[in-house]
Amino acid sequence: MPRWGMVIDLDRCTGCGSCAAACQAENNVPVVPKEEARKGRSMGWVRMVHEVEGVFPDAHVRSYPRICMHCDKAPCTYVCPVHATYREDDGLIAQIYPQCIGCRYCMAACPYTVKTFNWYAPQWPEDLRDACNPDVSLRPKGVVEKCTFCSHRRQIAKEQARAEGRPMTERDYQPACVEACPAEAMFFGDLDQPTSRVAQLSASPRAERLRDELGTEPKVSYLRTRSGHEA
Amino acid sequence: MKPEPDRIEADLLRSIEHTGPGFYVVLAFLLGVIAWGFYAYWTQLVHGLGVTGMQEPVTWGMYIINFVFFIGISHAGTLISAILRLSKAEWRRPITRMAEVITAIVLAIGGLHPIIDLGRPDRLLHLFYNGRLQSPLLWDITSITAYFTASTIYLFVPMIPDIARLRDRGVRPRWLYEVLSWGWQGTPEQRRVLDRAITILMVMVIPIAVSVHTVISFIFAMTLQPGWHSTIFGPYFVVGAIYSGIATLFIVMIVLRKVHSLGGYLKEVHLRQLSRLLLVMAILWSYFTFAEYLTGYYGGEPTEMKIILYKFTGRFAWPFWLMVFLNAFLPVIVLSFRRLCTTTGILVVSIGVTIGMWLERLNIVVPTLENPALSFPLHLYLPSWVEWGIFAWGVAVFCLGFLLFGKFFPLISVWETEEGLERSVSEVDERLESYQPDVAEPSVAV
Repeated sequence: MPRWGMVIDLDRCTGCGSCAAACQAENNVPVVPKEEARKGRSMGWVRMVHEVEGVFPDAHVRSYPRICMHCDKAPCTYVCPVHATYREDDGLIAQIYPQCIGCRYCMAACPYTVKTFNWYAPQWPEDLRDACNPDVSLRPKGVVEKCTFCSHRRQIAKEQARAEGRPMTERDYQPACVEACPAEAMFFGDLDQPTSRVAQLSASPRAERLRDELGTEPKVSYLRTRSGHEA
Repeated sequence: MKPEPDRIEADLLRSIEHTGPGFYVVLAFLLGVIAWGFYAYWTQLVHGLGVTGMQEPVTWGMYIINFVFFIGISHAGTLISAILRLSKAEWRRPITRMAEVITAIVLAIGGLHPIIDLGRPDRLLHLFYNGRLQSPLLWDITSITAYFTASTIYLFVPMIPDIARLRDRGVRPRWLYEVLSWGWQGTPEQRRVLDRAITILMVMVIPIAVSVHTVISFIFAMTLQPGWHSTIFGPYFVVGAIYSGIATLFIVMIVLRKVHSLGGYLKEVHLRQLSRLLLVMAILWSYFTFAEYLTGYYGGEPTEMKIILYKFTGRFAWPFWLMVFLNAFLPVIVLSFRRLCTTTGILVVSIGVTIGMWLERLNIVVPTLENPALSFPLHLYLPSWVEWGIFAWGVAVFCLGFLLFGKFFPLISVWETEEGLERSVSEVDERLESYQPDVAEPSVAV
């Protein structure tokens, strides 16, 4: 059984936001009107984080994407009262939208603030409405959602591999954000496969997992910038 | 001078048998507020939770604050009443009934709040056929349901003799008293069973009450969030709950004794006795608050520190220091000095503590959410009119509950007051006698 994970190389990431745009389109994430977005109701499975490091004149702004960490010990799955979010065998933290009661306990428990909520019924601009991805279900108002590592792609890849009578590999299955990254800063694959690029990179001394001290065992790692190359 | 038993009955049942115009005015006003609350909830149901002030990262707001607040108040009742009965405090007699009523009403209001907070209330039943017992929310449902059941029975059982009295006086609606009096005739056998039932219930209700606010605190304490992940949250919440509960009990008692002219039964001496319990809780609460913040501050762990400073000097400085003043300084000063500890003094302190304990829940829920450990666009939480509307709804339902209860049932237990008049002096004498040293035969020196 694979254990899917991701590595994001901050040395390569330019903070362009292509991953966020690709995710929004791939996963039918609703477009929130400007005035609601200003109130903090914007929805995004990939959120671009802007951090200021240091103080003027030695200040640097770094932008990078933050997604669900798919923790092996995910606090959100522990507190969910109705099995609406849970860990699948291959490590993905899944969401069942028709099961969610909208208590938002998972959001309060998430140490990474990566879950998002449908404050209203979802809406899209006129010209985007017919462009929704048919592989991903639309969510109703009142439920929690988040990055699924494009689990619909995994499902398709799994079926494809089975039809062809071969094991599924990471070449069959890559999330939309990884495919879209123009700087090739994102890597996705099986963390338990020692030969995979992801496994090697996540073992690198530059690899860092966010808030690792909590013991949530995130499966997304960031590669720190090399010294002297502060982004 | 001691009043005649007939006089007691007439005094305590007057509000049931006579209805003044004031009753209808208050009733109309409360129903108006309640209608507004329903309209607010309807708006939320149609448009979604976006009509509230909640957003990301502050995904919990007023509903969760009020959930903790209302359930906290419910600890006044049954728990206080059980403790007073168990410790045979003679001054309990005019207090217990009102305390028990608070619990039943407020528990129903508070218990609805997590449901109001749901994004999908239509899927409520998922909790039953797909619930995960590992989730603290399920612990809440379990213990609140148990508490509601136990405290409603505990309210009802000691009321039976009074209901029978109303039945015998032919008060309308007769069928109501006929059914609820359960064939009470006041035979010695029935009295024995009643006494036993009350004893069993009060012993049972205490651990249930303690469990309720403990598991409510676990909702927060079981997460890894700074400001929430604390081992003392269980007892801290229980103490806070009893504290806010007694304060609300005082407000209710002082208002009702004025409205129903019960000053002769619920005397200042009763208030003063109970005010000592309030003082003890004030000191306990201050102790827990001190311990909670000092350990966080001394450790200085950055994510924890960010939230502590947010409360000490940041955006929440006002609610935080106002809470400290209302919950710690004001009550301790007023209640410690006999000259200040008058009915008015107690009322002022109680209103202060009720507000202060609401602020405490605000200070626990919101600052942690407004300060996620990882950088996130900051959005400050301000409740919308919908949330205020539902808060007003909750308060109005509480008042309506008392208004209607006082219309149908005596607010001070008639039979327990009479029993006190007949028996308590001799009983207490006997008890005091039994505390004295026994004069045994002088032992023979060896």
